[in-house]
Amino acid sequence: MLNNFLRGWRACAPADLGGRPTHQIFHISHLTSDKVGLRPSLRWLLWRIKKYAGLLVLFVALWGIHGSCVSVAADWQHVLRTAQSKVVKIYGAGGLRQLEAYQTGLLISPSGHVLTAWSYVLDTDDLVALLDDGSKWQATLQAYDPVLELAVLKLPVGDTVFPYFDLGEAAARQAREGQRVLVLSNLFGIATGDEAVSVLQGTITAVAPLDARRGAYRSPFRGDVYILDASANNPGAAGGGLVDWDGQLLGVLGKELRSRVTGTWLNYALPAASIHDSVQHLLRGQAPRAEVVAEVPQQPATAPRLGFVLIPPVLARTPPYVDSVFRNSAAEEAGLRPDDLVVFVGDTPIPSVPALEEALARHELRQPLMLSVLRDGDLLELELKTRAEAFVP
Amino acid sequence: MWQRIFLWLLGVAIVVLPTAARWSWAQGAGPVHSQVSAAVRQAERERVAVMARAAEATVAVFHADGSGGGSGVILSPDGFALTNFHVTSGSGPALKCGLPDGVLYDAVLVGLDPVGDVALIQLLGRDDFPTAVRGDSDAVRVGDWVFVAGNPFLLADDFTPSISYGMISGVQRYQYPAGTLLEYTDCLQTDASINPGNSGGPLFDSQGRLIGINGRASFEKRGRVNVGVGYAISSKQIQRFWSHLHSGRIVDHAALGATVATTAAGQVVVDDILESSDAYRRGLRYGDEILQFAGRNITHANRLQNALGVFPPGWTVPLVYRRDGEIRKKQVRLQPLHDTAQLAAMLQHQHAPLKPAEGDRPGPPDGGPDDEKRAPELPLGVQLAPEKTKLPAAVAARYQPRSGYANYWYNLQRQQQLGRAHLKSAAVMKSSRWTFQATTETGAWDFVVSPQTASLRTPQGRFAADFSADLTTQLSPPGSGGLLLTLHLWQRMLTTDLRAFGEVYYLGQLPSGPAGKLAEHLVGIYGGVEIHFIFSPEESHLLGLEMFADEQSDPCRVWFLDGETLAEHEFPRHWRLDHGDRPPVKLRIESWEFSDAQ
Repeated sequence: MLNNFLRGWRACAPADLGGRPTHQIFHISHLTSDKVGLRPSLRWLLWRIKKYAGLLVLFVALWGIHGSCVSVAADWQHVLRTAQSKVVKIYGAGGLRQLEAYQTGLLISPSGHVLTAWSYVLDTDDLVALLDDGSKWQATLQAYDPVLELAVLKLPVGDTVFPYFDLGEAAARQAREGQRVLVLSNLFGIATGDEAVSVLQGTITAVAPLDARRGAYRSPFRGDVYILDASANNPGAAGGGLVDWDGQLLGVLGKELRSRVTGTWLNYALPAASIHDSVQHLLRGQAPRAEVVAEVPQQPATAPRLGFVLIPPVLARTPPYVDSVFRNSAAEEAGLRPDDLVVFVGDTPIPSVPALEEALARHELRQPLMLSVLRDGDLLELELKTRAEAFVP
Repeated sequence: MWQRIFLWLLGVAIVVLPTAARWSWAQGAGPVHSQVSAAVRQAERERVAVMARAAEATVAVFHADGSGGGSGVILSPDGFALTNFHVTSGSGPALKCGLPDGVLYDAVLVGLDPVGDVALIQLLGRDDFPTAVRGDSDAVRVGDWVFVAGNPFLLADDFTPSISYGMISGVQRYQYPAGTLLEYTDCLQTDASINPGNSGGPLFDSQGRLIGINGRASFEKRGRVNVGVGYAISSKQIQRFWSHLHSGRIVDHAALGATVATTAAGQVVVDDILESSDAYRRGLRYGDEILQFAGRNITHANRLQNALGVFPPGWTVPLVYRRDGEIRKKQVRLQPLHDTAQLAAMLQHQHAPLKPAEGDRPGPPDGGPDDEKRAPELPLGVQLAPEKTKLPAAVAARYQPRSGYANYWYNLQRQQQLGRAHLKSAAVMKSSRWTFQATTETGAWDFVVSPQTASLRTPQGRFAADFSADLTTQLSPPGSGGLLLTLHLWQRMLTTDLRAFGEVYYLGQLPSGPAGKLAEHLVGIYGGVEIHFIFSPEESHLLGLEMFADEQSDPCRVWFLDGETLAEHEFPRHWRLDHGDRPPVKLRIESWEFSDAQ
């Protein structure tokens, strides 16, 4: 902490000498010993040296301070450059007003896995990741977690060994309130080509549960996040890295959200420990908490059989909103209502109407079905139990 | 003895104490106050002192009618201060400037750089203004601590600047044009708060040295307050423009005369080039790969745009490019980015506040120089309805309007200083007939220069020029670019009053001569040709002449090689003649005669 403070503000402060004092003392003892049998002139010289030994100590000490000052500045540059080299700029869909077509990502494996925010930016086949060295890579969406709103992209397999943040190590780091941190992101898309991403500095002001909204909708993740005093979560910053002053990863920047209480824009990062398990699933190409795919059911569930109707799938990605609910159905008994948005069937994330229909088709109708729905910003878990007499052929 | 022991102890203390202090910090021993190490407290004290010192030279800038304002910073004891073009725009030539001493000074507009968003003003009424220490923005690195001084939200009634503190988030940033002309190239990005009203104010490094002028910020949808992204014009850019701004002109920025694109293979290649450009004349062609520009590696098309935007036109920079595997290095003279009419049109609109670009148009991933992108907003202070005000007497005495100038008065001063210094030292040459002989490697050259004709006899033949004809056709001897015409114009400058010469203006400093050192350029335009009289910055000695018969061709350059002059006047002895890529010719003057005989 102290070291960090000094390193930034005034790298020449004497405290940075810490690692080196024995070195300078050695110089002096070397000069003052071994004087037997010296010629008078040399002895005189040594006496002069002894006389000014104090000054010499000062000089050597100052020289040492100077040396460590230079090396600290170089170390600091190295820390920043190393951290920046693991951050990528991502370009994809968007481009309309206030829908930036860019965001940030973090390399989390040597083979080119990129952790980023799950957003509309990824909603394209032409997804590009620009690395710190300016190299341009076609990225593919490998898997995503709709609750954490994180996704893992994969860069093409090749000979390249990418610099990366070790998420496993990061998950073991617990950052605290008051810790000074750095924020690395391509906010506002400022950096282009091989330009390095922006570095902002600040402090973790709180570790607190996320209670936020995007528009009218409550954000699905409710766990603890790092609240920052740096303007971290700007347009394009989502997916950026929160690192400590040694450049070690602490967390990942989430999407732009407002506080549900005050309406102010939040500056926060998802702690590495909170996302680690989910990201391990994503790295394996699995949806987090994914069930083992069951055998084909004898009698597959469908929305009407469960007692509700979805809005018409006019587009491939039509969100699975409930249009209407039948009276006396399993859906009604479970509390499903029109305008609910289905986000999960069991542990499987559901991005669209076809995806929901597919997930239901894999489900045995007789088995209870867990549906997670978003209603007025709240995530509700409903259990639909089908009664035998309710069967509709 | 005691002194010795004392010094010993002091030395040991310096080495050991910080370690001990850190150890006790780590142990968490002692009450809270003593946990803060002496080094930290010392660093804090120094920071406070540095900021207090830097604040002294920070200016609160107001429009004369109180209709708006921003910030500025003083750089010379006679009150020359920098601010943003967009801060001064709409105010007219007079401004009011408040210093932390609580005094409101009159200030006059001196020079404008509308493309770079810089204005030079002069505070009046003192010759001992506090000044900021200049820093080197090229040495600034990401992660450096910096602080901003200025007058955000025009908050300070007593003109004491507000300080905000942060880190350099990015260097060599490029910010796309807002409005029509203004662009920020090679600028510094910081998370120190820059808010409306901070515009034109200083960005200091942690030692309190000026590294930039704050001017823009990315605001987006969160209202016009800082969200961690502000931009400052680099002090390096301003240093290059400094003398040009002193000329009282509305200065332009440089262009290469060629555009580049990044190929799929990551090479930066020329995809268009003007045949009239100096780059073309020096050999640059379509398809050449740019490797370095002005000493900077060009790894991406954006980088060239970035490196280019910080130069005034006329600047000569080294260009390294590759063709067919062969690497070529050339000195290239940059041309103006705009024509005069474009700049004038820009200034016509200066009363309309510059609007940020509507909406958000993100660039494609590799973002070439032509890509459009959201421009950050200008954090200008509050704009109220301007009122007509009369110029204060101190301002009126230093203001002269003229088309193409922010304030012609300052140009006139520099013209007269340089012109008079030369006329005085070269009084003997103020004659209508120059006859002189020189030796060259190829034999003796005999010159005769008069107001109507000039001639040169060499072992290769006799050459003449007739100045009653169209001057642009009198460019003999062939291959010189117009040596005789150049001498004629020099004679004309010495024998006529400056005002009778034709159009004359002071340009500023440009790298000049074989060594590329900065020198003052006084420009004369007569009979459709342009001649630069080049002076040393300190003593105003004439160093050389540069004559442009037209914009499309290389100039005729006469460079005076050392200080040796003849006959107690400023007729230089050793000349070097240059034109394009031809090998230079060296002359040694052997005899001379200046007379008024025809």
